Amino acid sequence: MTAFIEPIVGRYVHVEIGGEINRIYFEENGSGIPLVCLHTAGSDARQWRHLLVDEEFTRHFRVIAFDMPWHGKSNPPDSQYGTEYRLTTASYTATIRAFCKALDLEKPVVMGCSIGGRIVLNLAIDHATEFRALIGLEAADFQQPWYDTAWLNRPDVHGGEVCAALVSGLIAPQGPEVARNETLWGYKQGGPGVFKGDLYFYRVDGDLRGRVGEIDVNACPLYLLTGEYDFSCSPQDTLRTAAGIKGAKATVMEALGHFPMSENPTQFRRYIAPVLHDILERQGRPKEATR
Amino acid sequence: MNASADQQGSGPPVSFTDAAVIEAFKSIPDLLARDAGLIARGALLDVDCLLGPTVQPFHIAIRGGRITALVPAPVLMRSWRFSYLASPGAWAAYWQKMPPAGWHDLLALTKRGEAVLAGDLHPFIAHLQYFKDVLALPRANGFGGAA
Repeated sequence: MTAFIEPIVGRYVHVEIGGEINRIYFEENGSGIPLVCLHTAGSDARQWRHLLVDEEFTRHFRVIAFDMPWHGKSNPPDSQYGTEYRLTTASYTATIRAFCKALDLEKPVVMGCSIGGRIVLNLAIDHATEFRALIGLEAADFQQPWYDTAWLNRPDVHGGEVCAALVSGLIAPQGPEVARNETLWGYKQGGPGVFKGDLYFYRVDGDLRGRVGEIDVNACPLYLLTGEYDFSCSPQDTLRTAAGIKGAKATVMEALGHFPMSENPTQFRRYIAPVLHDILERQGRPKEATR
Repeated sequence: MNASADQQGSGPPVSFTDAAVIEAFKSIPDLLARDAGLIARGALLDVDCLLGPTVQPFHIAIRGGRITALVPAPVLMRSWRFSYLASPGAWAAYWQKMPPAGWHDLLALTKRGEAVLAGDLHPFIAHLQYFKDVLALPRANGFGGAA
């Protein structure tokens, strides 16, 4: 065989969430500290494919990215077809914890982007001791809405096109065109109402203002990184959130937007490598591990 | 019409004059006419709308994705379905070849209060990427010659 085959391996794990078995699709590569990656609202785990094949990172981390139920190759739970999907703080938290438990992950690092960044804050508030470190990309306790989510799922507007067109402005213009297009393709492929349902958590149910002060970074280190072109979760939103958390580390990433890992993987690597290096150092691993 | 200079603080971080912004906006129909791919994406769109700088809006007719008329407002009793009007400085920043953060998207401009969207938004939302790209056409040359 002469064709190039990527080292990523994809499988399904059956996970009980809310009393029902969910068939969850996940991809992984590498060995070492489990690093669970959470995709953005309305997309799927393909966003992490560049991190998943990073030879330096996967030498020390078991990088795992899963499609949330209703997203990518993880179907809705059997009983939920025909219902309106709504992600909540409780259901999102339960899904992440159940997934980690199903794979017997020992104190994983969790890195989430956008809604994944928001839920990381909730994990830091309520479940810090279960995790080795938490990384929130494009994360804040709250951000001001900038469009009406009712446009995302209605019969007279193409859902895939409108979801992609709305988020296209959150991508920094400096990224490679193919990476920017691939990021939008994920949005064009989302199921009807799924992006809107994710944003129920983001807009309505997951307001963490007044709670992030409870986060103890000594129990679990917390890193926050936000792209300068993200006007949804703006750098100001992240810096304001970090200012309310004693010991939290916040970084504004230049030439990146709301989807750093997929819209410009090379640029993102410059920022995430020191974070992963810091996490490794805390484990007593060699310094050169993620250079 | 006032000339505007370099802006500081929360204003647009580019140089511009209102007159230059208006002229650049008037170039959009010709730029669109040379972009067959963009016209094709608007092939099912027929709409009359009010677009442009706040200091000089234009009544624009779109038929089959092409701009068939661009007329300075006001026009007596002319109707439009939706309007998107932005400050001249916002257009100047939006049209930079590498637009600065926060000035790089039509909805970033509405969020920061530099643009206002009004009327029946359906044709705008249903063709959102088309309108983003049509209204960004002057970016190809880099407004004001700046990068």
